[in-house]
Amino acid sequence: MVERHIGLSIFCHIVLLIGAAIVCMPLYFAFVAGSLTIGEVQQVPFPLVPGPHFVENTVAAWKEGGFGQLYINSFIVTAGIVIGKLAVSIIAGFAVTYFRFPFRMTAFWLIFISLMLPVEVRIIPTYEAVADAGGPLRSLFSAIGLTDFLANTTGYQLETALQWNMINSYGGLILPLIASASATFLFRQFFLTVPDELCEAAKLDGAGPMKFFRDVLLPLSKSNIAALSIILFLYGWNQYLWPLLFTTEKSMYTAMIGLKDLIPVADAQPAWNIAMAASFFVMAPPALVILLMQRWFTKGLVDSSK
Amino acid sequence: MPASEAIDIGGGAVTRPRYPLRRSLGSLAGSSEVGLKASHFRRPWLAVGLLAPQLLILLFFFFIPTYKALSLAFVQVDPFGGTMIFVGLDNFTTLFSSPEYRDSAILTLWFSFVQCFATLFIAGLLAFATDVVIRGRAIYKGVILLPYAIAPAISGVLWAFLFNPVVGPLAHMLQDLGYAWDPNRRPFDALLLVSVAAIWKHICYDYIFLVAAFLAVPASVIEAAAIDGARPVRRFLTVTLPMAAPTIFFLVVMNFVYGLFETFGIIDTITHGGPAGSTNTLVYKVYQDGFRQLDLGSSAAQSVVLMVIAVVFTILQFRSLERKVNYQV
Repeated sequence: MVERHIGLSIFCHIVLLIGAAIVCMPLYFAFVAGSLTIGEVQQVPFPLVPGPHFVENTVAAWKEGGFGQLYINSFIVTAGIVIGKLAVSIIAGFAVTYFRFPFRMTAFWLIFISLMLPVEVRIIPTYEAVADAGGPLRSLFSAIGLTDFLANTTGYQLETALQWNMINSYGGLILPLIASASATFLFRQFFLTVPDELCEAAKLDGAGPMKFFRDVLLPLSKSNIAALSIILFLYGWNQYLWPLLFTTEKSMYTAMIGLKDLIPVADAQPAWNIAMAASFFVMAPPALVILLMQRWFTKGLVDSSK
Repeated sequence: MPASEAIDIGGGAVTRPRYPLRRSLGSLAGSSEVGLKASHFRRPWLAVGLLAPQLLILLFFFFIPTYKALSLAFVQVDPFGGTMIFVGLDNFTTLFSSPEYRDSAILTLWFSFVQCFATLFIAGLLAFATDVVIRGRAIYKGVILLPYAIAPAISGVLWAFLFNPVVGPLAHMLQDLGYAWDPNRRPFDALLLVSVAAIWKHICYDYIFLVAAFLAVPASVIEAAAIDGARPVRRFLTVTLPMAAPTIFFLVVMNFVYGLFETFGIIDTITHGGPAGSTNTLVYKVYQDGFRQLDLGSSAAQSVVLMVIAVVFTILQFRSLERKVNYQV
């Protein structure tokens, strides 16, 4: 063990206290603002101690923004992203590491090339893909003549049957965000480290691939799955750009978009007390997750970048 | 605690290879045997079934949109008839000669640069301090990690309030000091505010990685330096920091990616790209031109430019991961 310096320790404590204060300062002022009346929030100088109206403002914000529905939407979308992405990527990771089949490397490349482009750089075409998910199929079927064939023989209108608009639907909010291979890559990396003896033993015992997957690989991946679900939960809950684009009806908004609507704009009444009270219950679920599962989350985050 | 445990997720793997990424990166270019377990199954149809969901989602929401973005960048869409005319590189030449786009690119570069190094410096200072202190370490960590849970959009809302020229408590302080603070009118103030919100939100990310990297430096090396008479700050600068260099390089890349692509929520809640385009970064401009101005050709060309940037950063990111693993003790 190396020597310790009292002076350095004190300095470091001061640095950390300042850091913690900077982190907490916006949250504290938001709390103070959320506990004032609309008159008090505009006074100069700004009060430094909270007032008694926090609960009142929270209730007002919850009602004004219709957050009951928005909270449900946020939870459905987040759960969809977490479960969908985990399910899709764990089996894909399993397939590329544990199976020999033709075009295995092609499949591998097709998946991993998607790591190259973040969703933000293809905003508009992805929007189109969601607004008209059947479009590519329609073009395909009319190109191979299936559309005309069906219309002539059975009178079935394929063009109209394939009009899928996913704007204002949970699918439209979830699916584009699952379309990335980061989790698949993580699972693949992990499966490569699983000892070969386990698979040998399972085969000797007569287990098929799915039994091996369910009884050996899944239990081994438990801690990876836990860490990844936390990160995906934060990712899903905190989505902003996609819900903003893909929802036009208020009943489909997520909590994040509901909060955006409460921010006072230039000419409106500056109801910052309501907006700040609302920001607390919008950030509460991810904040609780971080506070309660900090160890899992840090491990998962650092590990996922390896 | 052994150094490797700090950043190992566990999970029951007995023989975790020392250099998992070097192995996997090698496999990206290798033959069809690589990345395949020695003990594997031969059930092609089952494998196809397992891969199908991932490939279908990628087809509809990755490959087709990417192809469309690429093809749209080379056409001009007639606003009335919906007909498309192939215009070659016209969209790009118009884009690059537009002073607005050049301003936006320079602004984005500055913003990302300042954000990247300010975040890294503050996080490094905090991680160093965390490495030194013993008492209260868990509490400090818990508090400093908190902004990770907070969405960029909420970070934007919080700071927009704090520095709101009419009601914001910190804006009042600046005005009392005689500074005419107004991010709604003064471009510099707006950019400063967006940067502060972006940095505040991102410190925790760098901090997590730096704490793990500093912790991973073997105690024996630190002790050897101490025996040679190096004091704590010198030990940090000459031993810990160089050993954490690969992590730092990785974080520089990640901070740039964050500054370029993930600050949309902050900008949209604080400034909407204004005043006078002073916070209109490249990603925000794609959104503005595509969804507000409905200039699809230019927006697609901008998307292609961003794609090129994203590919460059992904390659850098992989490089940094490779280096990180090679240096790891």
